[in-house]
Amino acid sequence: MRALTWHGKHDVRVDTVDDPEILNPRDAIIKITSTAICGSDLHLYDGYIPTMKAGDILGHEFMGEVVETGPGSTLKKGQRVVVPFTIACGSCYHCGKHQYSACDNGNPADNQDIGQEMYGQPMSGLFGYSHLTGGYAGGQAEYVRVPFSDVGPIVVPDGLTDDEVLFLSDILPTGWQAAENADIEPGDTVAVWGCGPVGLFAVQSAFLMGAHRVIAIDHFPHRLELARRFGAETINFEESKTYEALMEMTGGIGPDAVIDAVGLEAHGFFVDNVVDQIKASLFLGTDRIHSIRQAIHACRKGGRVSMPAVYGGFVDKFPLGAFMEKGLTLKTGQTSVQHYMPALLNAIVEGQIDTTFLISHRMSLEDAPKGYKMFHDNQNEVTKIVLKPDFAPSSTIAAE
Amino acid sequence: MTIAQDDAPATTSKDKDVRAQEVDTLPQPKGDALLGRTVTINRPRAELFAYWADLTNLPAFMDNVERIDMLSDTRSHWVVKAPAGKTVEWDAVITDKREGELIAWASTEGADVPNSGRIEFRDAGDRGTIVTATIAYDPPAGIIGKVVAKLFQREPAIQARRDLRRFKQLMETGEIATAAWTQKQLQEEKA
Ligand SMILES: NC(=O)c1ccc[n+]([C@@H]2O[C@H](COP(=O)([O-])OP(=O)(O)OC[C@H]3O[C@@H](n4cnc5c(N)ncnc54)[C@H](O)[C@@H]3O)[C@@H](O)[C@H]2O)c1
Ligand SMILES: [Zn+2]
Ligand SMILES: [Zn+2]
Repeated sequence: MRALTWHGKHDVRVDTVDDPEILNPRDAIIKITSTAICGSDLHLYDGYIPTMKAGDILGHEFMGEVVETGPGSTLKKGQRVVVPFTIACGSCYHCGKHQYSACDNGNPADNQDIGQEMYGQPMSGLFGYSHLTGGYAGGQAEYVRVPFSDVGPIVVPDGLTDDEVLFLSDILPTGWQAAENADIEPGDTVAVWGCGPVGLFAVQSAFLMGAHRVIAIDHFPHRLELARRFGAETINFEESKTYEALMEMTGGIGPDAVIDAVGLEAHGFFVDNVVDQIKASLFLGTDRIHSIRQAIHACRKGGRVSMPAVYGGFVDKFPLGAFMEKGLTLKTGQTSVQHYMPALLNAIVEGQIDTTFLISHRMSLEDAPKGYKMFHDNQNEVTKIVLKPDFAPSSTIAAE
Repeated sequence: MTIAQDDAPATTSKDKDVRAQEVDTLPQPKGDALLGRTVTINRPRAELFAYWADLTNLPAFMDNVERIDMLSDTRSHWVVKAPAGKTVEWDAVITDKREGELIAWASTEGADVPNSGRIEFRDAGDRGTIVTATIAYDPPAGIIGKVVAKLFQREPAIQARRDLRRFKQLMETGEIATAAWTQKQLQEEKA
């Protein structure tokens, strides 16, 4: 089959590799019909995530048709499914508590050593996201092997298009969990750093959870415009001073809850970034944590900090003092996708959440390397790229 | 007699005397290096004990164990992978067995890798069962063997942790997780 493989910093290629096979009883093989490039993939593309190996197949946001099932799978051939990016067994203690992203068993035993050494506890398994999280082949490919297919994938009802449901695989639940982790109370003002897919879904979710106001922060006019479309007020951090603006906009109090949807590659020239960037060139260097620093700084006393954004390593100058003195609470983590999928699918069916607005480009899997470059270089206009294995090469379609 | 100063398991002690005493709590102790590994498994205690009590099940999740032959009810023959495609072998006897709670073993005279240990099963309420392995062993050829073993990832402390994770996966999910995507890759992984 054809698959998008990682070969190093800014070097991804579409290669021919072996087709996947059923290996364990609960496996299924999915023929991919749609697969997206994620902001998290850019962290891999930019070489920020350790334990990648040349030839690794990327992609963790995908859906398709069931073409083969193991004896323990509950799926049936021909069903259309969306697959969660988190690989969870459904039967361990954490899965029992619906903490699917903390599943004990998704990550192969040998691969768990790295996480155990680095973080104290091993990470769960994720598709296409380094060997720290299992080294699983991802879904930017024609086919993918899906373990635990009896608990992960959700069957899509007839009548819904791929574009409407694809983002159940990651970013929609991630935006939702981000808002949930902000423990929003009626009347709250919530500030969201980053108007990428995660931030934009967090904006929608925050309003659905009863936020009175949402203030969205980014520097790309088009992305800020999308946030405004959902009712958010905006701050362009290149035009205005973020902290000062937030304080003035909240009556001098600060936002009740802050959401960092930026991550370890925060843009902008900040003194701390320069230092962090040098360290990041070393194995598991220092993450660039500008957005989370700023979020903590702006958050009101006793407020909540929600951090869906991905960080991998260590940080310098983390404002621990502000955190303690203001009595803040932090919630974060990889998303427990399986927990949110059914309700969010329902929200899509009911028309409460719009997902298709996000897609700026659709293109062939063969053009994926071009897609990575576009997404990396032009974040203003390129908000989300969906790869279609059955598209003819060089047939990129920009939305509207 | 050294008395431990805290409640931490003896296997985690920095004091070699405390560790040596722990080895001596094993019936028929064999081996000087001590390791302890604990895992919590979301299954009933009786079920885990029963699976383990049939020693021929163990190669299913112990990657380095090629084969276990039962010579009698209490005596077994172990064939274990070693670095550079070699194997090491020994006979082991069950030295203690308490239904649902504990199985202890020791290698017999002439073992390639003298070892002894016990595996204990304790209830953990709604979390299932706590399984603790306490193993004493003599590394194959002293310190050199240990370094070589480490290079080949056959170091017992690493291996025991991985084996227990696989045991947990098998018991909780009915299968052992792999990131391979073809049979060929899976076979290469196991080799
Ligand atoms: N927790 C999870 O399970 C999970 C799942 C998916 C994605 N993520 C992470 O969420 C983050 C966002 O993902 P995405 O797909 O939306 O990424 P993205 O790269 O498309 O969006 C990030 C946005 O942040 C903006 N930004 C950069 N620096 C900023 C700053 N200093 N202040 C304000 N905004 C700034 C960028 O302009 C961009 O619009 C990434 O770190 C990603 O890895 C986490
Ligand atoms: Zn993603
Ligand atoms: Zn689990």
